[in-house]
Amino acid sequence: MLAFIIRRLGQALLVLMAVGFVSFSMFKFMGDPVENMLGQEATVADRAELEERLGLNDPIIVQYLRYFQRAMSGDFGVSYRAGLPVGEVILDRLPATLELALLSAVFAISLGFVLGVYTAIRRDGYLANFIMTTSLIGVSLPTFLIGVFLIWAFSVNLGWLPSFGRGDTRSLFGVDLAILTVDGLKSMILPAVTLGLYQMTLIMRLVRSEMLEVLRTDYIRFARARGLSQRAINFGHAMKNTLVPVITVTGLQFGSIVAFAIITESVFQWPGVGLLFINAVSFVDIPVMSAYLLLVGVIFVTINLVVDLLYFAIDPRLSVSGK
Amino acid sequence: MSDTPLLQVSDLIVEFPVRQGVLRPVDRVGFEVRAGEILGLVGESGAGKSMCGAAIIGLIERPGRITGGEVRLNGERIDNLPEDDMRRIRGKRIAMVFQDPLTSLNPLVTVGRQLVETIRTHLPVSASEAQRRAIALLEEVGIPAAATRVDAYPHQFSGGMRQRVVLALALAAEPDLIIADEPTTALDVSVQAQIMALLKRLCRERGAAVILITHDMGVIAETTDRVAVLYAGRLAEIGPTRAVLSSPSHPYTVGLMASTPSTTGNLNKLSQIPGSMPNLRAIPKGCAFNQRCGKAVARCFEDIPILEPVRDSQVACWLYDPATLTNTLEKTGATE
Repeated sequence: MLAFIIRRLGQALLVLMAVGFVSFSMFKFMGDPVENMLGQEATVADRAELEERLGLNDPIIVQYLRYFQRAMSGDFGVSYRAGLPVGEVILDRLPATLELALLSAVFAISLGFVLGVYTAIRRDGYLANFIMTTSLIGVSLPTFLIGVFLIWAFSVNLGWLPSFGRGDTRSLFGVDLAILTVDGLKSMILPAVTLGLYQMTLIMRLVRSEMLEVLRTDYIRFARARGLSQRAINFGHAMKNTLVPVITVTGLQFGSIVAFAIITESVFQWPGVGLLFINAVSFVDIPVMSAYLLLVGVIFVTINLVVDLLYFAIDPRLSVSGK
Repeated sequence: MSDTPLLQVSDLIVEFPVRQGVLRPVDRVGFEVRAGEILGLVGESGAGKSMCGAAIIGLIERPGRITGGEVRLNGERIDNLPEDDMRRIRGKRIAMVFQDPLTSLNPLVTVGRQLVETIRTHLPVSASEAQRRAIALLEEVGIPAAATRVDAYPHQFSGGMRQRVVLALALAAEPDLIIADEPTTALDVSVQAQIMALLKRLCRERGAAVILITHDMGVIAETTDRVAVLYAGRLAEIGPTRAVLSSPSHPYTVGLMASTPSTTGNLNKLSQIPGSMPNLRAIPKGCAFNQRCGKAVARCFEDIPILEPVRDSQVACWLYDPATLTNTLEKTGATE
């Protein structure tokens, strides 16, 4: 088990180095930092001197390793726009994105799972068919459209929920969280639903098809022949066996929720890293963009690791010892 | 009570609606099983053996359903019971064992938990008592170190051991009848005999009756008291195993026995029945076997034969009808 974790951590490091190389290349190929720093009055000698001082004459690989090493210690350079260290800028925005992603993941997973199991058990029921048909809308509508529609319905027409911003926040261990206040929670509902709707329908359809698959297996037939109640079969047996493939996809979906909160955050002006990234793009704030890229890489790698470990918790056939 | 058979199946019909019409995998099958008796159900694949078993225990997959006849357990009708009452009978009074022990057990649940849940579904016992019984059952079916193996997962058992666990599960609530659907087909030959012997011993000890579904005539000969031969969903012949095997009456049974290798007969040549069993969509008029039968008479192509006593057995064949006997047998001669 320990060996497995260490091996996976090694693989994770390799993936991050690859992602790091992409974000490092942004500096190399998007704009010229020397030009930006010296301005128009600089002489050729000034340029050469600065290039030498910044280490730009070293081989690419040396420059990259230096970048990666700094990034590992949290030093991503200084934001062109804010003039603050990028690490600080991102850390300041990260809680907003994470709490939004968490809420929308809870929404997507819980509702997706419940509806998926329901539509599988009541395969031919009217309500189940209705849910399945409606879910197509969730799968096919683009996120920004859903967001705008929700704002139109619940903010403009009904006036129940705020249409933008994060609302009040409360500090917990030095981190400001909106989820802890009623006002903040109200502000979160619309963006969380918008962000999670697609994932919810996806999880629901996946759970349904996996569950239908499991319900056809021999051990479910045998469980029926043993006289177990429908309830025990559905929830004691079938649901557990549905989990393994569902967890894989759900894990990756959570990564996407964090990474692609960009659209939702701009629709609702949610002050998270997604919005930060959009603003960075329009200002060509390369240090922020490259750090964001690495952050997304870290999140995906971490989630994958957690998913792999969850398999072990669910499926006894995977225990390394095998007994 | 003593003269009511444990299980009475009469004129059972199972039908599946399909786009082209209605298929009838089980067509007016009737037989009885007495307490403690082992009845063999033989036939080729698709003859309706498994479907009969599924119909008795009420587990026919939709859209199939029983459309005629009845099933009685100790004299009470069970084929039309509400699902919840039928569920209480399954596992408690009628248990079923499936072909493949590798897929019959939930891979994510320990064998102990699967046993305990079965015991507690049917018997009012505490969790610790159920656990104790689970271990006792595992011991009884010959699992070594049952007290520790009870916490193992199915993949930690070999195929033969898993089928023993499946038997333990089937016996968990002391059923009166066990339907064993090809219980040894998926196992090694060396293990097959052990499992059959175990099944036979356990049922004899508990007085449980068995319906053994198989296509293995050897298993039938060694294990069963009586045997029913199915062909294209219909009963061809039923009778005491020794009578049916040594002097089969229905031409299909005759062919079936001739195509079973024996150590005493000619080992070089194995006879076979020409043709193959008709598709359920295209069962011929009259006797379903008429296309392949060397002795078919005009009536075989017109009317479906009904079961009539012939010697010790009952046979569904017009050749034994008094009317046919007088005018055909003298012309064509008796069985070869």
